[in-house]
Amino acid sequence: MFKEMHDLFQWAWLIPFLPFLSFLLIALVTRRSKGLSAAVSILAILSALGLAIAIGVGVIQSWNGEEFVGREAVAAANWLNIGGLKIDFGTIVDPLSAMMLFVVTLVASMVQIYSLGYMHGDRGWSRYYAYQSLFAASMLGLVISTNLLQLFIFWELVGLCSYLLIGFWYFKVSAREAAKKAFITTRVGDFGLLLGILFLYNKFGTLDFAALSNAMNTNFQDFALIGGLSYLTVMAILVFIGPIGKSGQFPLHVWLPDAMEGPTPVSALIHAATMVVAGVYLVARIYFLFEHASPAALQFVAGLGAFTAIFAATIAIAQDDIKRILAYSTLSQLGYMMFALGVGSLTASMFHLMTHAFFKALMFLGAGSVIHALHEKQNIWDMGGLWKKMPITGWTFFIGVLAISGVPPFAGFWSKDEILAAALHNGHPVIYAVGLFTAFLTAFYMSRLFFVAFTGPSKPENHPHESPWTMTLPLIILGVLSVVGGLVALPEHNFAFYVHAGELEHEAMDWALAGISVVAGLIGIGLAYTIYVRKAIAAESIVAKFPGIYRLLKNKYYVDEFYLWLIHHIMDGLAKVLYWIDLYIVDGIINGLALFTRGSARTLRRTQTGQLQTYALVFFFAVVVIYLVFAIGEGQLAALNPLAMLGGVK
Amino acid sequence: MQSFDFVALTPEIATAALTLILLAIGMLIPAGARRGMQPLTVFGLLGILGYILYDLFYAKMGPAFQGMYFHDQFADFFKILFLAAALLVVLFSGAYIQKLPAYRGEFYALLVAATLGMMILAGAGDLLTLYVGLELMTISFCILVCYLPNNGGSCEAGLKYLVLGAAASAILLYGISLIYGLTGSTQLAQIASRLGDNLSPSLILATVFLLAGFGFKISLVPFHMWAPDIYEGAPTPVTAYLAMASKAAAFAALIRVYLVTLESQSFAQAGVALLLILAALTMIVGNLMAIPQTNIKRMMAFSSVAQAGYLLVGVIAESNAGVKGVLFYAMIYVFANAGVFAVIAHVEPAQDSDEIKDYAGLARRSPLAAAVLTVSVLSMAGIPPLAGFVGKFYLFSAVMSTGYSWIAFVGFVMSMVSVYYYLSIVRVMYLGEGEGLPEIPVYGAAKFTMLFAMLITVFLGIYPTPLAQMALTAAKSLVR
Repeated sequence: MFKEMHDLFQWAWLIPFLPFLSFLLIALVTRRSKGLSAAVSILAILSALGLAIAIGVGVIQSWNGEEFVGREAVAAANWLNIGGLKIDFGTIVDPLSAMMLFVVTLVASMVQIYSLGYMHGDRGWSRYYAYQSLFAASMLGLVISTNLLQLFIFWELVGLCSYLLIGFWYFKVSAREAAKKAFITTRVGDFGLLLGILFLYNKFGTLDFAALSNAMNTNFQDFALIGGLSYLTVMAILVFIGPIGKSGQFPLHVWLPDAMEGPTPVSALIHAATMVVAGVYLVARIYFLFEHASPAALQFVAGLGAFTAIFAATIAIAQDDIKRILAYSTLSQLGYMMFALGVGSLTASMFHLMTHAFFKALMFLGAGSVIHALHEKQNIWDMGGLWKKMPITGWTFFIGVLAISGVPPFAGFWSKDEILAAALHNGHPVIYAVGLFTAFLTAFYMSRLFFVAFTGPSKPENHPHESPWTMTLPLIILGVLSVVGGLVALPEHNFAFYVHAGELEHEAMDWALAGISVVAGLIGIGLAYTIYVRKAIAAESIVAKFPGIYRLLKNKYYVDEFYLWLIHHIMDGLAKVLYWIDLYIVDGIINGLALFTRGSARTLRRTQTGQLQTYALVFFFAVVVIYLVFAIGEGQLAALNPLAMLGGVK
Repeated sequence: MQSFDFVALTPEIATAALTLILLAIGMLIPAGARRGMQPLTVFGLLGILGYILYDLFYAKMGPAFQGMYFHDQFADFFKILFLAAALLVVLFSGAYIQKLPAYRGEFYALLVAATLGMMILAGAGDLLTLYVGLELMTISFCILVCYLPNNGGSCEAGLKYLVLGAAASAILLYGISLIYGLTGSTQLAQIASRLGDNLSPSLILATVFLLAGFGFKISLVPFHMWAPDIYEGAPTPVTAYLAMASKAAAFAALIRVYLVTLESQSFAQAGVALLLILAALTMIVGNLMAIPQTNIKRMMAFSSVAQAGYLLVGVIAESNAGVKGVLFYAMIYVFANAGVFAVIAHVEPAQDSDEIKDYAGLARRSPLAAAVLTVSVLSMAGIPPLAGFVGKFYLFSAVMSTGYSWIAFVGFVMSMVSVYYYLSIVRVMYLGEGEGLPEIPVYGAAKFTMLFAMLITVFLGIYPTPLAQMALTAAKSLVR
């Protein structure tokens, strides 16, 4: 607990509750009125944003110079008591959740305002705002959960909202397919997470974060479980499978690019800034588990994160669809956040989570603005010269590109540098190298996107125009945050003092490292400039030189194809066998049972004659039989005496 | 001390007064002005319910009248249950009662009188007090069951309930007299101390007789034969009240007499074995017999037989957790039944039928009624996240921790069987065409009751803790 628990913190439950209320209101009352639905939804999320800011300020004010770890403000109500399982529903307020609350409510507010313009005239308007509210409520509920089960419930709810919003235009086959793919793929990860939760409960008898951390800190003797891995390590990896699915880490990343079938604001909110970072947040929240597990667990996280980062970045180079480039860039950045956690810097990971939310939401909304202006064109080669026609979108997008490329003083520079510094200083040179190379790739493909779409000659068939203020206002706000958002890392703002695990892990600015990564970013931008603006090197000639690699990247390393092959050849065969077993063995048993049940019911029915005499006879006969059985069972043979049956034997 | 004793009886006195007021008004005011009796009954019952809720949390508890009467959380819990059940029945059956040919005013008076009987039954600390309560309840029900004088089924049901009820009462009285002969007392507390470990054929006989007497009321197999005929023939509100409250009242008495008084080490083993067999039989017969029924009230009769089996499982657990399970389940069962019978009472007059096939297309003709019926029967079947699931979970987990896992297994299997006949109603409602059948919109108090019952069923499934806590407190208040 904080020294003085801030009065405000006990109202934290309102933050998810207000959007939930707005979901109910829209679904039940205002469904038919478009204006009211949007007003209710936006009012709710703005109020939540206000509260989140107030709580954030409260957290900073309560800081008294000591560490925050183990000083969370928890308010919980008992929800269920079943057997030994006690489950609370509550709110946890600490710097980690305060930061997340701010980021989620901010981006959600921006996206909902932006949607006023983007979704204008859509038939599903009220449904859209209902889903948006439900998503905000679930995501915020996830962030302030006090235990794993509560978190899991909201985890599944955000999954559901993601499904509903990807498939929002359900009349499009591709949208339906993408929604299914997202739901099923993430469910694979959730299965691992659920297993981890169950095993943890089995061992510790609680799912409460504080209690779990306590139990591991005090007297838990870890032991070897399988293959030389200790119990906690296996638990950590099982739990981590959930984030692999939700945060799109390799090999469960396949759903995220397809999720771009949803409306673009949805992609900005859910599939870039908030839901996909839920996995990162989960790992941060139960970081104590990874710390107590053997180093293998964190190495696994770091390795997978770094691999995802470079894997997705290479794919992004060869994509032509503006949203897909951004989607692969999201995957790559999520990889950054994961490996930051893996190398031991919670601060760097959370910092990057925040700045990434700003600039990635910005770029997605910018992409939405472009798509809106060009009437649903998404291929970057169909664009060009947009900067002049759409100055606000162009400038803000440019800020986003600079931020993600790590150009100082934009937000991404600070956070990416912190991650790379953490990797090198904690003794992971390989991961540092991968991260650095990914930074170069990132700068390259983002600049490629920007130069192709926004500069150069404009296409005559396009008649773009700047978007309405409802869409440009969020762009400007996010643009400003993408510029200044990184400054919280400066020592006088002390981001690291608030958000960290264990001892303070803040890396002092290492200007040499920062210089190297800036150079890597600038080389990327310069290369893109040379190829796509100066056209000094023809892109086609590079492709012609490495046709194999190009095809590999273009087809995303054939992961989707591999999964399809797996499903068609292995799963279908297994399914056929199981189908036979189901048809003849399981159904046979069930049908037999049903036949038997129905037969016995028919026989029993005959006893119900409707005759009063029969009923009375059965009644008295039963009394006698029960008496005899009971008496003999008790060994009271005297009961067989006829007199005893009238009560005459004491 | 005298004044304290009567304070303990406040709810009973108030209920008796309400009965008399209703009776007097029914006689004195002209027939045309009797519309106001429904609200009057509702507000009267609400007032008493409010008092008991206050009593439960703030009053001083303890035995009254030298142990003849118990004033404890256990009795209060059941009184809340009876009053809630009576309120729901009165709320949804206003239209039904308006259509009765005669004596509409007395209907409410009798319903409240039956409630009074149940309240006495729940609080009785003396076998004779208990018997008086039981008879007040039974006789009120006898009249209520044959309230449709021009309907052959109703008269037949009334006669059967009278004759069989008398037989059961006789057996019960016989048992009470045997107990008195053995111990020289009819007070539960004294009986417990005087019985000791002394086992004799007459004690066993008395036990079996009491079991048969209560078993009749809770429709325990093999004392259940009356249930389907009476459930089918009685006016629907009466059937509803029989299922919701009279069963719970008999359970209240059964728990007090068996768990508190007769539970002695010496016959625990065979006694428990016997109860286990009866519980299993009740679950099996009730659920199997429900399958071939075509009349919804008859099906609900067998379903209520099966529910008695589940409840008995909680009694067998002989623990606070078990009693808590019984109390919890009995309470949520009130709301599930309120949903089902509110719909039946709504559909029956409109198309003059209780046949399940005539529920075809109800989802189209009356979406709310169909939804409420669906949620209610699914709760009875124990499908999560509805309240019935939590209730069954409490009952079965209590008995499993006592060590009788097989009975829980029977319960699980039979719950699965029950899903079949419950869902067959749902199938008819949602997939049936129902061409030519009338549209039956729901409105007014009936609509409110349906929605309320459904909301409670869902809410208690998601957040059972408050009610579970109340039930646990009540279970712990039983003097052992």
